[in-house]
This record gives sequence, C-alpha cells and structure tokens, in this order.
Amino acid sequence: MIEWTRFGPSVRLAFGSQRQVMMASASCTEKMEATMELSTALQQSHLTETRLVLETDHLSRVISGKRLVDDIIIGIQKGEVLAVVGPSGSGKSSFIRLLNRLDEPTMGTVYLEGTDYRQIAPRELRRRAGMVTQTPYLFPGTIADNLRFGPQQQGKDLPEDTITFLLDQVGLADRANSDIVNLSGGEAQRVSLARALANSPTVLLMDEPTSALDEETKEDVEALILKVVRQNALTCVIVSHDLAQAARIANRVMVVKAGRLEKIGSVTEIVDATETLH
Amino acid sequence: MLQRLFTNQLALGGAEAVAVTLLVLLVMLLAHKREIHLERETIVALARGIVQISAVGSIFIFLLRSPPWTGILLLAAMIVAAAAISAQRAQGIPGTFRVSLYAIGAGSGTVIALMTLAGVIDMAIVSLVPLGSMLIYNAMNTNSLTLNRFRSEVESHFGLIETALALGATSKQAVAPYVQVSFRTSLIPAVDSLKSLGIVWIPGLMAGMLLAGSDPAYAAIYQFVTISMILSASGLTALISSVLIRKHAFSPAEQLDLRPQAAPSQSKTS
Repeated sequence: MIEWTRFGPSVRLAFGSQRQVMMASASCTEKMEATMELSTALQQSHLTETRLVLETDHLSRVISGKRLVDDIIIGIQKGEVLAVVGPSGSGKSSFIRLLNRLDEPTMGTVYLEGTDYRQIAPRELRRRAGMVTQTPYLFPGTIADNLRFGPQQQGKDLPEDTITFLLDQVGLADRANSDIVNLSGGEAQRVSLARALANSPTVLLMDEPTSALDEETKEDVEALILKVVRQNALTCVIVSHDLAQAARIANRVMVVKAGRLEKIGSVTEIVDATETLH
Repeated sequence: MLQRLFTNQLALGGAEAVAVTLLVLLVMLLAHKREIHLERETIVALARGIVQISAVGSIFIFLLRSPPWTGILLLAAMIVAAAAISAQRAQGIPGTFRVSLYAIGAGSGTVIALMTLAGVIDMAIVSLVPLGSMLIYNAMNTNSLTLNRFRSEVESHFGLIETALALGATSKQAVAPYVQVSFRTSLIPAVDSLKSLGIVWIPGLMAGMLLAGSDPAYAAIYQFVTISMILSASGLTALISSVLIRKHAFSPAEQLDLRPQAAPSQSKTS
C-alpha cells in the first residue's frame, strides 16, 4: 500500500493517463522505474479501477530557502479520507493550502480528477475543492447569508430547501436567520462546514477544524465531521496534529516532517508504527 | 509689530518665518514636557518646509516670465513627486508608485484639463500652477489615504478574504467591501472641507484673493469652485487607485499576496 501510493503517478503511466504523452518523454531511467512498478501494479490491479480524485505530483513550496512543502507525491481515491499529521511547523497547513491553490507551488502540481489544476480557473478549482479552516471566518450577516456566499459567486441562488438540508446536517436546523455574531465557536465551525458543502465540492479540505475549539465542543464537531463525511461519501483531506483524532476520522494517514512525506499508510499501519517507536 | 520694524518685504517675510518657527518650537517644548517626542521630525519638517517653499518662490520669479507650457511641465513634475511620496503609504504592496502615478495623474490631470478648457482655470502660469498644485496635492492625500486604508483593511480581514477566495470568489469579489471602505474613507477630508466651507474654515485661496483686493463675493464663489474641483480630483483619484491597487494585492491565480506583516504566512500552526 505504502509503495503503491508513493509511486502513484508512475503506475498510472502504465495504464494510460492524461499525462502519458508527457511522461513518455521522460528519461530512460524513469521508464525503467515505471516498468518495474508495472509488475507491482499488476499484482494490485484492482486499484486501477478506483479513481484518483486528487494527486500531488512532486508538490513543493520553497519560500526564501525554507522548504515548507518538499516533493510530496500522493494520490487520494474517491471517497477516501486522508489525514495529514505531523508536529507543529511540519508543513501540514502549507501542504493543504497548496491543494486548493491558495498558495502557489514553487515546484510540482496537483491533479484534480486527472486535470492539472493550473488548467482549471482558480474559482472553479476552489469550488470543487472546498476548505474548512482552523478558525471559522464568517461573513457578516446571517447563517443563511454565509451558506449562500459560495454559490452566489458563481451567479447561483442556493435554494431554501438546500439551506435547510445543510443546516440540518450540521445540527443547526432552524437557525438559518440567526446573526453570526451570536454564535459560539463550535456553532461557527458548523456553519463553516455547511458553507463549504453548499458549493457541492468534490473534495473537502479541512485544516485543523477542531483545534481552535474547547475540549467538549471538539468532540461534538469531530463527531459531526465524521457523520457528514460518511453520509456524503466525501473525499477528504484533514490536517490534524492529533494522531488519535486522525485515526478516528481517516482511512489513511500521512505523516509529514519538515515538509517531507515521512510515512503514508492505513490507520493501523501508522498507529502501530508510531506505537513501536515509543 | 513686525510690519513696523521691517519695511522691506523680504526682510519682513524672514522675520515672520522666525516668529512662527519659535511658535512651533514652543509647542514642541510643551509636548516634550509631556514626554511626547516629536522634536526631530518637526525640526526636519520645518527645515524642509522653508527650503522647499523658498525654492518654489524663486522658481515663480522665473515662471512669471515663461511661456504656458513650462507650467504644464512643472505640474507634471509635481505629479511624479506626489506619486513617489504617496507610494510610501502602501509599502508591502508591489507597484504602488505606478498605481499612485496613474491615480494622481489621471485624477488631478483630468480636472485640470477640463477646467482649463472650460475657462475656470486661467491658462496663465500664475493661475494654472497654484491651482493645479492644489489639486495635485489633494489628490495625493486622497491617494495616500486610499492605499493606506486598503492595506490595513486587507491585513485585518486577511482570513475573511482568503475564505472568500476558498469559496470560489474572484479577488475582485473577495476584496470588494474593503475597496469600498477605502474609497469612502479617503474622501472624508475632501467632502468635509466642502461641508465646513465658510463655517469653520476660510481657506487660504480666498484669504489670498481678499488680501489682493478681489471682490469678496467673487472670492467666496471661486473658493467654492476650487474646493469642488478638489473633491472631483480626489474622487477620481480614489476611484482609480482603489481599483488599480486591488490588482497588485493578488497574484494572477487569485492568491492573496498581501499578508499581515507580523505574520508572513497564515500557515503558522503547522
């Protein structure tokens, strides 16, 4: 599993991807590598049937000599929840901010459903890759105003029953017309989640969605995220500094350290590996 | 008192300058006692002020005998200088000099050109240069206020702007409320000076015209005309600079480049 995801893009070469032409012109050594991986891939041929929704290709961001994100190659399948864990300052947030292009990669790129995201208009890309930040920044007005914001930017009106449905999902039924100034931290984060969902994203990116909340609220919001993600079969990337939380929410965990991908694997693999270290 | 001591106009001017300098220094002394230290800045400002305005005074001696195009040249130079000064108000945003140059140039330039064509401003250098410089000066202030306010608005609403971008807004949509605020607040001085005209404020131009022996009624109306021209020039400048500066705060891929200076990146938590 670990090997496969590490070499995701090369495996795809063997089975034909949009980048086949580009990759085919790569150097001889790369071709040899690809052939070697082909056999591995054939053994796991079932994987070829799963669609990669999000792929990072040598994704890097280096700012004034500091490697915030360093050569990360991963692939995320449809419906998968990938947790990004690592110590403070390891580049988790920097990494997730590259996924919807809020920051520009200094090297490499991201493929969203097979398309290089530089070919997608930023506003369309960000509609498809929704984001929930650590601090929920809400726009002045009512909860419903916040939910309408995304669709409005695309010139669409969010139907009233969709608002009702979304608020119901995040446990804020009948609160559509509440002013956001009266919300608690947990409620604000629920609105932020519903607002991201209002854009009907393909991928949901969450950057430490519970770490600005107090202990009790944290559990509630985490449970809510879990529920919403399952119900909507969302493809999800969630940044967390808490491995236990990652284990509860995610199917797969990647560990980053100093901007580099240190390990990636199933929850049990990563948790076991971490436990044996201690 | 001074007028009786000095009969030569130049000597009188010098004595008057000394008197007001002493006045400013007295204020500084009072401030100093309250531990407010403005001495260095004020002394530099005083020195600059007297040197610059004396230089302009001597230029006018030549200008009075020069053809009209030298006036236009002088105003153009003033616009460049104003843009350079104003650009410092928005450090951290690339390309502010250009934005300021276009905004001040187009804002004051349009009003000067239109009003000269309409005959409100006389083509003669004695009229064109002082009035033009007044418009440029006010356009510069408005431009500085627009840029300064825009930067602080963006810095303090950084999270909201990025959230808007992350929800699929364009940079234009994401920053629209802050562009409006910057535009509106930068025009407060110009609007207020029109409002308070004659009530709390009898501006220098009118005072000058009265001193020069103009008809008070004409002097008064011309003052209204001047302040209205200032408001037009300021309005145009604010409009142009708030639109142009927006483009410099974002990258072509709709990423907010202007970050709060204390925290260079929001990704501090990871």
